[in-house]
Amino acid sequence: MATLIDENTRIIVQGFTGRIGTFHAQEMIDYGSKVVGGVTPGKGGQKHLNLPVFNTVKEAVQEAGAEASIVFVPPAFAADSIMEAADAGIKYCVAVTDGIPTQDMMTVKNFLRRFPKKERMMLTGPNCSGTISPGRAMLGIMPGHIYIRGNVGVVGRSGTLGYEAADQMRLLGIGISTSVGIGGDPIIGSSHRDVLERLEQDPETKVALMIGEIGGPQEVEAGIFAKENMTKPLVAYIAGLTAPEGRRMGHAGAIISSAGESAAEKVATLKELGVTICSTPAMMGKTVAEVLAKI
Amino acid sequence: MNIHEYQAKEILTEFGIKIAEGGLAYSVEEAVQRAREIEGDTWVVKAQIHSGARGKAGGIKVCKTHTEVETAAEALLGKKLVTNQTGPGGKMCARLYVEAGSKITKELYLSFLIDRSTERVIMIGSAQGGMEIEKLAETDPDAIKKIYIEPAVGLQDFQARKMAFALDLDTSIMNHAVKTIKGCYRALRDLDANTVEINPLVVTENNELIALDAKMDFDENALFRRHRIAELRDQSQIDSREVAAAESSLSYVGLDGDIGCMINGAGLAMATMDMIKLAGGEPANFLDVGGGASAERTEKAFRLVLADKRVKAMLVNIFAGINRCDWIAEGVVHAVKNIDMKVPLVVRLSGTNVKEGRRIIAESGLPIITADTLADAAEKVVQARNEATA
Repeated sequence: MATLIDENTRIIVQGFTGRIGTFHAQEMIDYGSKVVGGVTPGKGGQKHLNLPVFNTVKEAVQEAGAEASIVFVPPAFAADSIMEAADAGIKYCVAVTDGIPTQDMMTVKNFLRRFPKKERMMLTGPNCSGTISPGRAMLGIMPGHIYIRGNVGVVGRSGTLGYEAADQMRLLGIGISTSVGIGGDPIIGSSHRDVLERLEQDPETKVALMIGEIGGPQEVEAGIFAKENMTKPLVAYIAGLTAPEGRRMGHAGAIISSAGESAAEKVATLKELGVTICSTPAMMGKTVAEVLAKI
Repeated sequence: MNIHEYQAKEILTEFGIKIAEGGLAYSVEEAVQRAREIEGDTWVVKAQIHSGARGKAGGIKVCKTHTEVETAAEALLGKKLVTNQTGPGGKMCARLYVEAGSKITKELYLSFLIDRSTERVIMIGSAQGGMEIEKLAETDPDAIKKIYIEPAVGLQDFQARKMAFALDLDTSIMNHAVKTIKGCYRALRDLDANTVEINPLVVTENNELIALDAKMDFDENALFRRHRIAELRDQSQIDSREVAAAESSLSYVGLDGDIGCMINGAGLAMATMDMIKLAGGEPANFLDVGGGASAERTEKAFRLVLADKRVKAMLVNIFAGINRCDWIAEGVVHAVKNIDMKVPLVVRLSGTNVKEGRRIIAESGLPIITADTLADAAEKVVQARNEATA
């Protein structure tokens, strides 16, 4: 099986009956994901898209065997939904919602840390495009048709830049084992490093591609992890070479606020750590191809 | 979201932090009136703009007479102040804060911010206040004390005392120091601030601990539940193009080059800007149309990009996921027909419904340059810009 999700993963949609939840639930079903229902408090017992609606995540776990969830709940209530999923025993949660307050995410992370590591729900996002195992399952909002199945694992903050990478690889005939969007917010569920750890354990993944950007310490932490713990080669691109200091570049997390956070500084550090750098964003596919050719 | 010094001071006062007596003025007369209301023989006239380093830029003037206050107010009001943080355009000063001069014996630094690596609030302090903390971190890192705050229990008294001792404060003002430190933390937590910074925090001759300057920055995502804070937004301090974009829920970043960019997604936007730079161009702005952009929304975005008169060429780079290339193409075609476009336009579409989108562009008969890949798009727009300005 692929890491994180595959065609047998039982998925529920939180914020199922809303406009956005409905649209993307249908897209995921069409892609072949095993969506087993959804949660909208107060609408339990109804049917939506021919699937059961539950009042609580706990009921969805008990009655539909839900293992993974995707959150489309509005920002003011999303943190609560994520914690409800963790409490109910969901194993993997993708939070798509954009605009969750930073302090709410601090609370979520603090809540998750109370679980022993083995029982702790893995969270990716918020403000992310989700996770896809091409040809098997999609737990996200990406255009599924641009991904082909293969053995490159991808992790990146940005949705559309991840699509760009997938498309460049597809044009070169290179497929993807699992692609994970970790989101653009300052505090997120899983870091580049956390996802690389999963890709390292995944037998189908031969090469990992990390798509980073300015701001925050995560790309460098991932590079250190790769040097110390990874047997698979790591390729990286860092967006934002032209970004001025102190300006928020679209993503709330993309702001250079301290030394070592600019794209140039991150690139230099990653090179020292032995990571293969894509010189431009147009070279993501080709650079991965070169690295694949060597193994 | 940033607020002014006087607003931050007003908020912090409610959390038990002492400040010098002062008042706000919108005119020269008001400034003199404020000075008359404040006893003493020294007044400080401070330009209220959203930027640090105002002192070095001449935005803070110490006055010994009411006439000097008048002169200072005349020199600042209605003027653009350029600091090392505002960019070359500077920021308009429309408000002054007139404050009683303080007799300072010690200048300290104190701040609270959300640390991304530990996902906690971090408290930073130094007995060497007044200078920029980033410079101090380079020259004398040992002079900076950092204390992390456990989110479940919050800031404890012992941690506040530890910081007060690190700031080398006298035991006679220890109680007030603890109150000040805890007050700043509560302000950050209770109001969803990203940063609370007091630089300098000073000890006066009367052995009082007061915030001589104050800076607060708030989480935009939390403003829906902080109505009072949201009202403090001063549009005049924000790039007017960014304000216009925000009104249409579009995200706009103004830059200094001459290539206008309309892109979907912040990551792709940054990557596209990198490509433009590598191709020898400089972006003037980037506008993120986000997900689910309809034809109307696309047109609105288009107009915003072109509203910047420095734009000499424009690039549309869309990788449609939730978006649809055909909608984007319709919006682009409609916009080009409605706007008297004087600059060359390069369009690159990819993703959902790409064939349909490209067909709409091709059949429009408009002079649109199309590109297939990211690299191709960047090269073509830089080339078009060079030809247009040659």
